[in-house]
Amino acid sequence: MKFSIQINEGPYQHQASDTAYQFAKAAIASGHEIFRIFFYHDGVNNATKLAVPPQDDRDIPKLWSALAKENDLDLVVCIAAAQRRGMMDVDEAKRQGFEDNNLIEGFRISGLGQLIEAGIESDRLVVFGA
Amino acid sequence: MAEKKFMYVNRKAPYGTIYALESLEVVLIGAAFDQDVSLAFIGDGVYELTKGQNTDAIGQKNFSPVYSALGDYDVNKIYVEKESLEERGLTLDDLQHLIWEDEDDDWAEKDSIRLVSRAELADVMAEQDICLSF
Amino acid sequence: MGLLHTVNKSPFESNTFDTCLGYAKDGSTVLLIEDGVYAATTGHSAADKIKNASGVTFAVLGPDLQARGLEGKLADGIKVVDYEGFVNLAAESDSVQSWL
Repeated sequence: MKFSIQINEGPYQHQASDTAYQFAKAAIASGHEIFRIFFYHDGVNNATKLAVPPQDDRDIPKLWSALAKENDLDLVVCIAAAQRRGMMDVDEAKRQGFEDNNLIEGFRISGLGQLIEAGIESDRLVVFGA
Repeated sequence: MAEKKFMYVNRKAPYGTIYALESLEVVLIGAAFDQDVSLAFIGDGVYELTKGQNTDAIGQKNFSPVYSALGDYDVNKIYVEKESLEERGLTLDDLQHLIWEDEDDDWAEKDSIRLVSRAELADVMAEQDICLSF
Repeated sequence: MGLLHTVNKSPFESNTFDTCLGYAKDGSTVLLIEDGVYAATTGHSAADKIKNASGVTFAVLGPDLQARGLEGKLADGIKVVDYEGFVNLAAESDSVQSWL
């Protein structure tokens, strides 16, 4: 089965990202395909490369980045939500005239159409939020 | 690929949080994909559609006019849950009058809002391929 | 099989659990996750509501029960699943409605 996932909340503030991560891992372990994981609302903050959580706790952005790398996942951060909240990859930062960018490896920025396409192309779309 | 049934489930009031606004932004982008789209307003979500919103003093953008443009985007199945309105002391009169123009009926103006009971909306929800919540 | 409904809020914090019950038709499944697992415990009205919703299957995410120290307080008739079980429920259902 082809799954897509939508994540509406940022790391740590709500359990949404954690639950989505465990769900994604279980889906992969069960042999399913993950078509796309779409980060919306404060969910875009899961893509920060600047998080320094306590050493004895999970590092959510890095967990997503690693999962994406191991499984060739498509992690998409919504551009509209990202712009509002100051999440920029290299290209977007340049476009906006910023020297800095803050997107961790494994995520890409794209439009809301990617979410709709994920719904169309997948068998199931599961939303995690608050 | 055959069109899929998308339902956007709105249960949160506007302005206190961003969910109502950003949900609407998905609807507008999604309209370009020619799918079978319904919007459901349940619980505090019914407050998103109230008339007379004036946000000057809170400093936020008043996005309520966007709902009246939905008809132009072929988004014309707007379900409002009757029980949620009644619990909140509201009637249809308190909500914006949303319309669409039916090109298959000589562009006749029709109501987009469908006032339905929880049971009726549950039936509609059960038919959806994708339920998006915000 | 009907929809898979998920509820992630405590029934004491918000009315989401009640709303979900109003939408869960016979043949559907309600999965309690995150703070929603409190509805699966004994000793309060949520447990009665679950009993009365006879056509609906109830499940609870075990890891969230364990995290909250609630395994000993699970009400009867509620299936405990892990994340793989969650995935299976999503795959077996027609669609997923996450009540947020």
